[in-house]
Amino acid sequence: MSVPQGTVSESAPPPQTPLSAAGAEPHGRRWNGLGWGFLVKLLLMAVVNAFGLMGIFSAVQAESWVIATAAAVLLIAADVVYFTKRALPLKYLLPGLGFLLVFQVFIFGYTAYIAFTNYGAGHVGSQEQAVEAALIQGERRLDDSPTYPLAVVERAGEYGFAIVDDGEIKAGSAEQPLETVGDAAGSGVPTEVPGWNVVPRGTFLGDTTLQNTVVELRVPVSDDPNDGSIRTRDGSSGAVYLSTLTWDAEAQTITDTATGTVYEATDRGTFQAADGSSLATGWVVNVGFDNFLTLFTDPALLEPLGLVTLWTFVWAALSVIVPFAMGLLFALIFNDPRVKGRKILRTLFILPYAFPAFMSALLFRGMFNAEFGVINEFFFGGANIDWLGDPWLARFAVLFVNVWLTYPYYFLVCTGALQALPADTLEAASIDGAGRVRQMRSIILPLVLVATAPLLISSFAFSFNNFTVIYMFNSGGPAIPGAPYALGATDILISAIYDISGVSGGAADYGLASALSILVFIVVGLISALAFRQTRKLEEYQ
Amino acid sequence: MRKIGTGIVAIAATTVLLAGCSGGSTPTESGDAGGGSGSALVVWTDANRAPAIQAAAEAFTAETGTEIELVEKNFEDIRNDFINQVPTGEGPDITVGAHDFLGAFVAAGVVDTVDLGAAADQIEQVALDAFTYDGQVYGFPYALETIALVQNTDLVGETAPATWDEMVASAQAAGAERSLVINTAGQTGDAYTMYGFQTSFGAPVFVQDESGSYTSEVGMGGAGGEAFATWLGAHGEAGSGEISTTIDYDTNNELFAAGTAAYTVQGPWAIEALTAEGVNVKVSPIPSAGGETAAPFVGVQGFYVSSESNNALLAQEFLTTYLATDDAQRALYEADPRLPAWKSVAEEVASDPIIAGFLASAANGVPQPSIPEMGSVWDLWNAAQVQIIKGADPVGTWNTMVTDVQAAIG
Repeated sequence: MSVPQGTVSESAPPPQTPLSAAGAEPHGRRWNGLGWGFLVKLLLMAVVNAFGLMGIFSAVQAESWVIATAAAVLLIAADVVYFTKRALPLKYLLPGLGFLLVFQVFIFGYTAYIAFTNYGAGHVGSQEQAVEAALIQGERRLDDSPTYPLAVVERAGEYGFAIVDDGEIKAGSAEQPLETVGDAAGSGVPTEVPGWNVVPRGTFLGDTTLQNTVVELRVPVSDDPNDGSIRTRDGSSGAVYLSTLTWDAEAQTITDTATGTVYEATDRGTFQAADGSSLATGWVVNVGFDNFLTLFTDPALLEPLGLVTLWTFVWAALSVIVPFAMGLLFALIFNDPRVKGRKILRTLFILPYAFPAFMSALLFRGMFNAEFGVINEFFFGGANIDWLGDPWLARFAVLFVNVWLTYPYYFLVCTGALQALPADTLEAASIDGAGRVRQMRSIILPLVLVATAPLLISSFAFSFNNFTVIYMFNSGGPAIPGAPYALGATDILISAIYDISGVSGGAADYGLASALSILVFIVVGLISALAFRQTRKLEEYQ
Repeated sequence: MRKIGTGIVAIAATTVLLAGCSGGSTPTESGDAGGGSGSALVVWTDANRAPAIQAAAEAFTAETGTEIELVEKNFEDIRNDFINQVPTGEGPDITVGAHDFLGAFVAAGVVDTVDLGAAADQIEQVALDAFTYDGQVYGFPYALETIALVQNTDLVGETAPATWDEMVASAQAAGAERSLVINTAGQTGDAYTMYGFQTSFGAPVFVQDESGSYTSEVGMGGAGGEAFATWLGAHGEAGSGEISTTIDYDTNNELFAAGTAAYTVQGPWAIEALTAEGVNVKVSPIPSAGGETAAPFVGVQGFYVSSESNNALLAQEFLTTYLATDDAQRALYEADPRLPAWKSVAEEVASDPIIAGFLASAANGVPQPSIPEMGSVWDLWNAAQVQIIKGADPVGTWNTMVTDVQAAIG
């Protein structure tokens, strides 16, 4: 490659405005005209607006008004912030704030909303859906009804059915009971219906609105409503159905015409009759503080939950203290220059930490098996120690697993902190005659804690909600006798929430689980806040 | 300049993304004018059954022009996801499921009734009963499943024991290391597997009325239940030790496959694992422990239609016309061998002695309750059994459990 002849660009660079000039505006305010930067910003904002509008439109279509409003507010805020000359800090903060709102505040708000409802087994939809379900459940095919070949027919915008019965074509609509209109050519679906236009199947199957019209159409068999009406399930055959439940929107009641029972809508989200029986399907209603009160007043729940709460605190505290102590101890030992092969040994120490917690917990579960596990076989001479079945042994075992999983982390952190210790301070201490213990207590530990205290706090919060180890190791077992929702001796609050929310069983109670989640959030938040205030005192050592 | 470069790249990338989104949202033209439309049926299935449903779906699409979109899910997640997503309008049109979901589905108001029409005559009555709730059919059943006694014929020969004591005696005579292994799901408890022995003491979980439907009256109390609890304690860890909480599903199958245990109680889904190391097996009904017939739970699998489906006609037609054929049912069986509920396919496969054994066990069985109350029973029931096996006072523990269950179901 030849070097191109010629000089460097002839055009001198534009004179820089000296920054030291008094009254010079910050660069954010010195915008004049449409530079490259502005064009890029315009394009980026166009993309943001496109996405935002798309989100708002789909939210409006799905009738999620809360999400639509929030998206609109966020979008307007973004446009205002990025096109005004002011609000420089916000230009930096807004993306983060947006994520905070969407991923933290919204989730918390939604959990809080669920906590004040009875959302759970039997209460999942709106009242409208519950009524619909009751009407579905109350409509039965008459036992003696044959299946008729059926065509969907139309006359002046009104839809109806035409069936073939005993060689005759009978047609009718919702208003007009079935009447004979002619003789059928064969036994199949009628193709020609005198007085009506036959609607081809493809037409109503391809049009959702029309399909729903056909599904909801009932053609009375006669003038007597108790004879039932023709209904189609697939668009090509029909049968006589009779509905026994009628919904009265004014009185908010469902009446069973067969027995005369009247089911009234209650404020608990069920249709209940005077004798206490209720219809199967309920709906979601606001129940105020009931879920929170249940947690503290239901005796069946109170005792197990109390045990679970106590164990959660013990578990979280020990899951921090024990691994930290072990990690620090090993870090001190392996920080000593007299130890040979420190690098290799340190690498080996990381192994448990590098192993997925899921797998470790599952493997330990097998190893702790009373009859077939290697732990009883190798370490206890084949004794039949019931590690997983005895509450205290199970708690010890699951703590052991968690310590094994987390001490390498503290080993790493403490090694780092120890290597950063000022050597002259320690030297000065030993010249002053401080022994090992004294140095540890007055210099090493405080300085290591300054570096690790925030990690200890976050680790406490993490252990408090460490679902994985608990669930994988023993599913929270062994069960506390008589406790509902399969609460067990090693269950912590988060796995208790999982049990209560009924993800695995059939009896879900999302409202109760959300109420418990909020309490857990408050507890963890309080402890973290207090602890962070305490750590500031440690920093005086620096 | 570099800033501008990244900006342009970012814009280019988002433009592509947006183009992709808008391209995806335009409805694709499909089908012919005479047939269906661009409206697609969404069907939830699990991985095992997807290929079989795919075959029926292709036939359906070819004839009607309606696309069928299969969504694969974990079978365990289907119950909750269906209940939670149908009311929001996000759910499927059809889902595969077990019949014991039915009570929860009805209480949540998420399933529609299904008119099986002529297909009903082709389906085993027990399967129809299982999908019937309060006199209405809510799905299209296609397969049965139940557990049975599996014996290692290399150890104890071909004779099927009629009682628990006979079984233990024959295993001891054969010198088996363990008479039997029975899964307790470790410390969790597995009342499902124990249920055959429990019913042989005449202690059903819920009392059935004369039509065979379950009432919400708990049947586990009284003399029958106490006798079963005593028996469980006597054969548990504190007793003769045949039943142990150290056995979970995998341990159970490994011990049997290795020839350590002469007998086990398992379902057809475990046969592959049980015979993995080449032991020969015979499948027969569960032996009686308490003198009456041992009746295990029979589970039925089938298809449910969502009550919020916008394609109700198509969904019903797919089930009652396209899945209700010998070929489709055979494909389902071959994709995921469960006992067919479709009579003609059931006759075809009954020549297999293993299938025949499970069918014989199912003939003794009772449908697993599908009433919503059952959801509150499992946890307490499992836990009580584990405590009794581990040596707690059988009668006291059992009666406490019965009281707790009655309180829980209100």
